[in-house]
Amino acid sequence: MSMSSSMALATVGGSRSDALSLNGTEDQYVSFTVGTEEYGVNILAVREIRGWTPESRLPNLPDYVRGVINLRGIIIPIFDLRARFGGGKTEVTKRHVVVVIQVGERTRGILVDAISDILAIGPDAIKPPPDVDSGLIDAEYLSGLYTAENRMVTLLNVDKLFANEHGDHQDPVDSRAIAANAATP
Amino acid sequence: MDDLSRFKQTYFDESAELMAVAEAGLLRLSPGDVDMDEVNAIFRAVHSIKGGAGAFGFSELVAFSHEFETVMDELRNGAIPVTTDLIDTLIRANDLLGQLLGCAGDEIDPPPGLTDDTVAALRHALAANRTGDPPQPVAESAAPPASATPDDEDDEAGIFGDALAAIHAARADDDPPGTGSGTADRVRWTIRFRPKSDLLLSGNEPAYMLRALRRLGEADIHCHLDDLPALADLDAELLHLSWTITLTADASVGRDRIDDVFEFVADDCDLQISADAPLPAVVEPSAPAASAAPPPPARTEPSAVPGPPAAQTTTTPATTSPATAKSDGAKTDGPAKPRSGNSGGDHGGLTTHTIRVDLDKIDRLVNMVGEMVITQAMIAEHLRDLPPGQFQELQEGLEQLAQHTRELRESVMSIRAQPVSSVFSRMPRLVRECATMTGKEVLLATSGENTEVDKTVVENLVDPLTHMIRNSIDHGLEGPEERERIGKPRAGTVHLSAQHRSGRIVIEVTDDGRGINRAKVLSKAIEKGLVQPGASLTDEEIDNLIFLPGFSTADQVSNLSGRGVGMDVVRRNISALGGRIGVYSTPGEGSRFVLSLPLTLAVLDGMVISVGEERFVLPLTNIVESLRPKPVDLHGLVNKCDVMMARGEYVRLVYLHRLFGIPKAVDDATRGLVVLVETEDGSRLGLVVDEVLGQQQVVIKSLESNFRRLDGVAAATILGDGRVALILDVAGLREMSRHSGDSDRARPTATPTPALAGPSPRQRQTV
Repeated sequence: MSMSSSMALATVGGSRSDALSLNGTEDQYVSFTVGTEEYGVNILAVREIRGWTPESRLPNLPDYVRGVINLRGIIIPIFDLRARFGGGKTEVTKRHVVVVIQVGERTRGILVDAISDILAIGPDAIKPPPDVDSGLIDAEYLSGLYTAENRMVTLLNVDKLFANEHGDHQDPVDSRAIAANAATP
Repeated sequence: MDDLSRFKQTYFDESAELMAVAEAGLLRLSPGDVDMDEVNAIFRAVHSIKGGAGAFGFSELVAFSHEFETVMDELRNGAIPVTTDLIDTLIRANDLLGQLLGCAGDEIDPPPGLTDDTVAALRHALAANRTGDPPQPVAESAAPPASATPDDEDDEAGIFGDALAAIHAARADDDPPGTGSGTADRVRWTIRFRPKSDLLLSGNEPAYMLRALRRLGEADIHCHLDDLPALADLDAELLHLSWTITLTADASVGRDRIDDVFEFVADDCDLQISADAPLPAVVEPSAPAASAAPPPPARTEPSAVPGPPAAQTTTTPATTSPATAKSDGAKTDGPAKPRSGNSGGDHGGLTTHTIRVDLDKIDRLVNMVGEMVITQAMIAEHLRDLPPGQFQELQEGLEQLAQHTRELRESVMSIRAQPVSSVFSRMPRLVRECATMTGKEVLLATSGENTEVDKTVVENLVDPLTHMIRNSIDHGLEGPEERERIGKPRAGTVHLSAQHRSGRIVIEVTDDGRGINRAKVLSKAIEKGLVQPGASLTDEEIDNLIFLPGFSTADQVSNLSGRGVGMDVVRRNISALGGRIGVYSTPGEGSRFVLSLPLTLAVLDGMVISVGEERFVLPLTNIVESLRPKPVDLHGLVNKCDVMMARGEYVRLVYLHRLFGIPKAVDDATRGLVVLVETEDGSRLGLVVDEVLGQQQVVIKSLESNFRRLDGVAAATILGDGRVALILDVAGLREMSRHSGDSDRARPTATPTPALAGPSPRQRQTV
C-alpha cells in the first residue's frame, strides 16, 4: 500500500530478470561510454535517461558526488562515473547525459559521456572480470565483462557501485578513502 | 484473508476512536455529577470494541472488555454509585483495553496476568457497591445478578454483536409479563421491525431482539416471509425476514425501553414503533407508515386496514431515538458510528460527512501541490525575462494561476490539519495524575481546542506540552495549604490555550502559581556553572535560564520533574519543529509559557542567500539581522578566527564558502554580507555570505530519501528556477565551524575541510 509505484516497478522488474536468466534467455543492458571505455547496466535498473542539467553542489564530499538535481520534485544525487573511476571530474557539456537508476528504494543519477547501445546479453556471454589485485580495482561493483563486436563492455553492479553512499550515518571519511582507492590507477 | 486483515485495520482504527471517546468520557465523570449520556457513550464504546473483538476472535479482549462493560452497565443502570476509586479503576481498565488492542494489533499474546488486577478491581467495585442501597428506583428490578455472572448468552452476544444490552434490558424486567396488573395499565405497542438484508453481516442477531421484546411483555410476533427468495437464490448470509410484533406491556415499560432493544441496529433497519390504546388484537400487516415514513419498498401490502391511529408513530431510519440522539450530542463530532440527524434518503443513517483516507494519499497530494507551486514560480520567473507590455494576457493568466495555486495549497494543507484538541484532550488525565502525585489541587482550563494545525505538528506537540504542564504543576503551583495562606483559592489553575496568530499557532500554558523564583534560579545557575558569578542578568534572561540543559530548581528530584531534563528538551523539540518558546513570569502571580509553531512542517519561511554560484536557504526563525560590516568592526581572534562587533557584542564569523568549500565566493566580509543568526540555545554567529537574495516560502524536501544526511544541512528545497538549494542547519554549521577554526583562516577552496574528520571531543560534549 505504502510502496511507491516506482519501487513496485523495480520489484517486478527484478523478479522478471530472474525468470529470464533462469530460462537462459537474454538480459538487456544499457551501455554508455565514459571516455574510451564502455560500461553497461541492467536495463531494469534504469528509470530514465536525461540530458545534463546543472547540479547544485553538496558540500564536503568527494568529487565524484557531483551534487543534487531536481527530478520532478524529488531530489536525487548525481555521481560522476569518470571521477568515480579516477579519471578526474567530468567537464560537462550539453551532450552529457545522466542515467537515472533505481537502487532499492533510492533513486540516483550517473553522469556519463553518452549512451551507446542497448545490448541483449545471455548469461553465458558474460565473462568474469580478470583476476586483479583488489588494491588495483575494487572488483565488487563489476558484475562481468562482455564483448560486443570488438568492444569490451564492463557490466556494472549498480547496487554495489555507490554502496558506500547508502548509509545515512555513514562516515564521510570512509567514502573519501574509497574514492582515493578508486583513484589509484 | 486479505479482506479480513483489511477489516481488522478498520476495526483497530475505529477502536482507537472509541477508546478516545471512552477516555474523554471517563475523565469527565466525577462523583456526584454523573451525566448519563456520558456513561452511555462509554458503555457503547466498550461494547463496540468487545463486539468487534468477538468477531475477530480476540478472546482476551472479549473477556476483559466484558468485565469492563459489566461495570459500565451497572453504572448506567444506576446500580452502583460513581466514586473516585471507581473512576480510577475504570480509567485503568480503559488503558488496559488499549494495551490489549495493541497486542491484538501486533498479533502477539498479551503477557499473562496482565488484566488480573484490574479485573479483580472491577469485580470488587461491583461486589462492594451492589450491597449499597440502590440510589435510583430503576435499580430495584435490576436486583437479579445481571452481569456479574456472565452466561452463555452474554458470551454469544459478545460474538454476535450487540444484543447484550437488549438482554440486560430484558432481564431487568424479568417479571412484568407474569405480574399482569390489569389491562387498564397496559399499553399495546405495534412494532414493525424490518432489518436491512445485511444486518447479520454486522454481527447482529434479530432473535435476541425479539427475545428481549418478549421479556418486556406479551409479544405476539409475526414473521413475514414475503421477501424470501426461492431456495436456489437464497443467500445464506443475508436476512430476508421482517417482523411485526404486537407487544402488550406494562405502562411502566416506556418507549425508551423498546428503543433500547433496537439501539444497536437503529441504523440498519426500518423500525416503526407505535403505541395505541388497548384495542382488539390486530392485524398482521401493520400500519403503513405515517407521513414521514418512507414507504417500505419491496414489501407491498398497502393494507386496507389503516392500522391503529399512529399515536406516537416515528420512523427510525436515520433519525435516532431520543436517548441515542442525546448521547450522540455529547460525543460531539467524530462519532465512530455516524448517526447524523438528517433523514435525507432512506439510507438508514449511512450518510456520513467524513471519510477515512490513507495518509499516504494525502501526502502524495501535498507533494504534487508542492510541485505545482514550484512549476508556477518557474513560469513566473521565465515570464519576467519576456519584453514587458507584450504579453499582457499571459501575465494576467499567470497571476490567476498563482492565486489558484495558493488556494489549492491552503486547501490541501487544511486536509492534513487537525484540531489540537487531540493533544489537549490528553492533558486532563496528566493533570489528574500530577495532582495526585504532588498532593496539589489543580484545575485545568483549556481554550481554543479547535485550532487546527498540521498533523505532524500536532503529533509533535504531545511531549513538549506534557513537560510544560508537569513543570507548571510541580514547580509553579503551590500546595493547597500554602495557597490558602496567601489568599489564593485552594486549587491552582493551569490554563492551556491555542490560537492562530499571523500564520503560526501560538500555544500558551499559564499557571497562577508562585512564578519563577529568580533569586533561586540565578543561584542555581551559578552553582551549576551555567552562569558566571557576578554576571548581571535581566529578569527576562534569568527566566530563560530554565531552558538551559541540566538546569533544575527542584530541591529534590521528584517523580514528576526535577531531573534537569525537561525544559531544555522542550525547547529542543520545539525548535526542531521550527518554533520558539518563551516564558513570562510574575513572582507570586504565576508564569506563562508561550509556544509559537509553524502551521505546517511541509513549508518553511526562508531567506535565500547566495555564496559563489550556489544558493542556500536559511530558516527565517534563525535570522536576527543581516548587515555589511565596516572594516573597523572586524577583528582577528588569536589569529584563529574572525570576530565582529555587532550591537555591542562580539560574534564569531563563519565563512560559509570556506566551510563548504565553495569556489568563486566573496572572501571579504566587508564586501559581502554578514547574516547574524541565532541557534535555539541563543548563541549567535555571523555567517558571511555573498548576497541576500530575498525571503521566500520554500517546500521542504528530503535529501536523505535518495542520499544521506549532510553536516550543516537540514534539508533541501527546489527554487523557482527548478534548481535545488540546500536548507542550512545553523546549529550544525556552528558545530562544524567550531572545530575547524584553523581552516577558516587558511583558505582551502574546494577541498574537504577537516571539519568532517570525525567528532572532536568537544563536539561530543556538546551534542
